[in-house]
Amino acid sequence: MSGGLTWNVYDADKLTQREIYGLVLTELGARYPEIVGLSADLAMSTKIGTFGEHYPDRFFNVGIAEQNLFGMAAGLAKAGLIPFVSTFSAFASMRAVEFLRTDICYQKLNCKIIATHGGTSFGPAGSTHHATEDLAIVRALANLVVIVPADALETANAVRACMDINGPVYIRIGRGFEPRVYESENYGFEIGKAVEMCPGTDITVIACGATVFHAVEAAKLLKEDDGLSVRVLNVHTLKPIDREAILKAVEETRRIVTFEDHNIIGGLGTAVADVIAESGKGCAFQKVGIPDEFTIIGYPEDIMHYYKIDADGIIEKVREVMGRDFEADEDWEDEV
Amino acid sequence: MAITEQECKELKKRATQIRKDIVDVTGWAGGSHIGGALSMTEIMTLLYWKYLKVDPNNPYWDDRDRFVLSKGHGGVGHAVVLAQKGYFDPELLKEFNHSGSPFGMHLDGNKVKGVDASTGSLGHGLPVAAGMALGARVRKKDWRVYCLMGDGECDEGSIWEAAMAAAHFKLNNLIGFVDRNHLMIDGFTEDIMSLEPLAEKWAAFRWKVYEVDGHSFTELAAAIEAAQAYNDGPAVIIANTIKGKGVDFMENKPGWHYGGLNADLIAKAKAALDREE
Repeated sequence: MSGGLTWNVYDADKLTQREIYGLVLTELGARYPEIVGLSADLAMSTKIGTFGEHYPDRFFNVGIAEQNLFGMAAGLAKAGLIPFVSTFSAFASMRAVEFLRTDICYQKLNCKIIATHGGTSFGPAGSTHHATEDLAIVRALANLVVIVPADALETANAVRACMDINGPVYIRIGRGFEPRVYESENYGFEIGKAVEMCPGTDITVIACGATVFHAVEAAKLLKEDDGLSVRVLNVHTLKPIDREAILKAVEETRRIVTFEDHNIIGGLGTAVADVIAESGKGCAFQKVGIPDEFTIIGYPEDIMHYYKIDADGIIEKVREVMGRDFEADEDWEDEV
Repeated sequence: MAITEQECKELKKRATQIRKDIVDVTGWAGGSHIGGALSMTEIMTLLYWKYLKVDPNNPYWDDRDRFVLSKGHGGVGHAVVLAQKGYFDPELLKEFNHSGSPFGMHLDGNKVKGVDASTGSLGHGLPVAAGMALGARVRKKDWRVYCLMGDGECDEGSIWEAAMAAAHFKLNNLIGFVDRNHLMIDGFTEDIMSLEPLAEKWAAFRWKVYEVDGHSFTELAAAIEAAQAYNDGPAVIIANTIKGKGVDFMENKPGWHYGGLNADLIAKAKAALDREE
């Protein structure tokens, strides 16, 4: 963290992830004159416009032109500035991806991409506005750090912390109706370090973004109803991923289920599976997310329920994985 | 007059040397985008030896002018220019395209000194250049940004996204060039995807347009100085050129977009360049 600063404390019960992002960026803008903001006709929707209202000389709306949005951001970074670029996740990761890759990531430029409306959070808008591929795409871009905050408070932490990285960062947030997960901002957020939301020894639920809240709720209910001790890990940073926390969970709970508001190909579940597979450790493992299909239309809570990534779905899937035969590896210690 | 006869003479000599080096590097590399490198030589020579405020001994000097080669496949020509300017040892160019070399066909700004933007995929350079020009305004700097595009590259939608934005933000510190050699990989631009009326397109996007003979230092210099003096927004110089210029067997031949040269062809190419001079 940029040490010794006293940050504003925002009311996460009343403010959405996007609103808090806008406020935090405005706060950072006062401290860092090199921050500039860019959007492509989504200044109001992404809330980067809040920064623009305070710093009109450092905010640029490029119109509905996402390729140029990312290209110009690269040029501004090359000119010694720190651009924050905001548009919807679907457009940041797909419409403009080659500009993100070649102009920003390839040149390792100090640009921050705050992609809003991630996953299915813009549910009624339909699949054109759902971003269920973005994490798979941006995870494959070299030099890029990828963060998926769980709630508005974690968004504030991530937006501040990304200033400590001299390189490109992609922060994926929702539309703004994600329930609050944390009590305060002071829980030790660190890029690349997973947060243990609940301790547990029977099974580990790994989540990021919107599914973290539901995972915590599910863990409480599973304890009450089934007497299960469910560990919940919030892997908010997908790249670089916290291998240590994942392997510790494998070793200590031997059952892992991932939940994500994303296609099950290439996102959180895949990232976790890579870590487990490369470790050579055996465990019961299940990825839950959007199956390989274009999402249904609906309110985000209904979509999450449909794909079993809300608390009900998490409970169902955890029970399934608990019921799965799994042969414990007697030689675990030898392999470690 | 923007340029003296003596300057013209020296620039012409320089351009011939650049073309000969491009021929040599093409030989060492096993092949290069030689046609488009030869068409842009006068633009590059004039910029680097007369107009660009740069310091090869201090390539990251904050106040320097920026140059973005949006037609990144012209990298072989840019590399030769940078070597001759003293950014790095020209001997390094013997490794152009070789495994492990810092020099690929499309120059990597993180590996090659003097390259302000890594380009190669077409339609990227102008957006990046527009960002650099806007950055100068935010930082209250007076550097200029020069961006050289290919004509075929102007098929890319992102060029026009950036063109619209540069005019909207009135980036009068941005000067574009279109190397109008009328050729792209698959043939003549007007056959593959017609660009005309190109000058009117740029003008309609609210750029100040100059159209010149891209091999005439006098015409190019006059246009550059007029563009520098133009304060109301960005300017573009459409430079009518000949792809493969100076090497008779390459001129206007679509096949020489990319090609290799053996010893015999290298000798023929250099002889042709000597005749031109």
